[in-house]
Amino acid sequence: MPEVINAEDLGRAIRRIAHEIAERNHGIENLVLLGIPRRGVPLANRIAMVLEEIEGTSPPVGALDISMHRDDISSRPTPKLHGSSVPVDVTGRTVVLVDDVLYTGRTIRAALDAVNAFGRPAAVQLAVLVDRGHRQFPIRADFVGKNLPTSGAEQVVVDVEEVDGSDSVRVEVSSQEVQG
Amino acid sequence: MSLLTIEGLPAAEITRLLDLADGFVEVLDRPVPKVPALQGRTIGMLFYEVSTRTRMSFERAAKALSADTMTFSPSGSSVSKGESLKDTALTVGSMGPDLFVVRHASTGAPWRVAEWTGLPVINAGDGAHQHPTQALLDCLTVRQHFGKVAGLRVAIVGDIRHSRVARSTAQAMATMGASVRFIAPRTLLPFDVDGWPVETTCDFDGAIDDLDVVYMLRIQQERGGGDVFPSIGEYVNRFGLTRRRADRLPEHTMVLHPGPMNRGVEIDPAVADGPRSLVTKQVANGVAVRMAVLLDQLSGSEKT
Repeated sequence: MPEVINAEDLGRAIRRIAHEIAERNHGIENLVLLGIPRRGVPLANRIAMVLEEIEGTSPPVGALDISMHRDDISSRPTPKLHGSSVPVDVTGRTVVLVDDVLYTGRTIRAALDAVNAFGRPAAVQLAVLVDRGHRQFPIRADFVGKNLPTSGAEQVVVDVEEVDGSDSVRVEVSSQEVQG
Repeated sequence: MSLLTIEGLPAAEITRLLDLADGFVEVLDRPVPKVPALQGRTIGMLFYEVSTRTRMSFERAAKALSADTMTFSPSGSSVSKGESLKDTALTVGSMGPDLFVVRHASTGAPWRVAEWTGLPVINAGDGAHQHPTQALLDCLTVRQHFGKVAGLRVAIVGDIRHSRVARSTAQAMATMGASVRFIAPRTLLPFDVDGWPVETTCDFDGAIDDLDVVYMLRIQQERGGGDVFPSIGEYVNRFGLTRRRADRLPEHTMVLHPGPMNRGVEIDPAVADGPRSLVTKQVANGVAVRMAVLLDQLSGSEKT
């Protein structure tokens, strides 16, 4: 299983994404970062830590559970709820969604739906660690750690220290369909 | 796959449903407490017995998951023209529900509906037999408050013989590792109580120092529960959760009641509304538990 991003490069990608977020939004005022469980949440926290370093203050960070907004509930086993925690009213703010892998776009479609339960954001942006292509929806990321061309038979495995004990991104061959 | 009884449901399965319900407690707390999970699904509700909280709770749960409901109640229906349960179930079944929620005065009715229609059925109370979603919401309420169910000392007090709630909740809590005691006059204990995972006693006062949870039950007049003791006054005296008795409970002990309450009989109004009462919490948790059960029943089952 070839490692395509090691721990050091993963840290560099997070730093660059944080800088791009601050640049695009002319600072971090009015931002809120919402990680998509599970691995999007620790990634959002790390981006916020870097923003704190470069901007002197960090935006609110939360978690956005999208499991009840998926379009494939009828065809998959009962999902687990990871729980949302949205620390501020998102109405009028710029929401930056953070996830580990962008693949079909279905997760993000569900997230755009889920975020509405918490208010009406002024804008929604998307930050992902890996964009592996194969979109099934007209969705693109605003901030990308690494573009990783893959085939449908491959699986992108993201480990983050907070969940998996170490940082890495690997590509594995798998026949399993992966949702992302 | 249906949810007809709590009996035989392993602890891991109960825990999985409670965890899912905990997630829905958060969903119900959102500014928009509604998710599209069961969009396009239809729930057929057959309520042959009167109900306030169970029926409304299932309706609320279905709607919070964006499912549609069709609700049947015998008054105003063709039951008054002599239509049988089977014909009613098949009739409503032909209108395309994905699942039935059934409440009926006869033990076993939900099983029959499942057989006849081939659809998943959630038992919302059959006679004095089972009420699995009540058992789950009781476990959830206790687990939220104490952080666990295992090891807790739970007393279920009152008309146990006629109570599907006592049956279901005692089984669920025993499965989860609580030690359950029935406190009732002998005439209100089930005939087959020896086979249950519980202890029994007629001495409420003697047990009172030793409890974490007191679960009060109403006397089920409609099933003959009022005919087996001399007077209400004497019953209250020995088995009511009066203010005086409640004052003797250990400080941490909490009080549950499945409703409807007969204030002044099994429970004093001041206790029902007091700081020990988890009664309104039970009702709120009922919605989350039923969302979990509905989702669990209908996820992974492609619309046919």
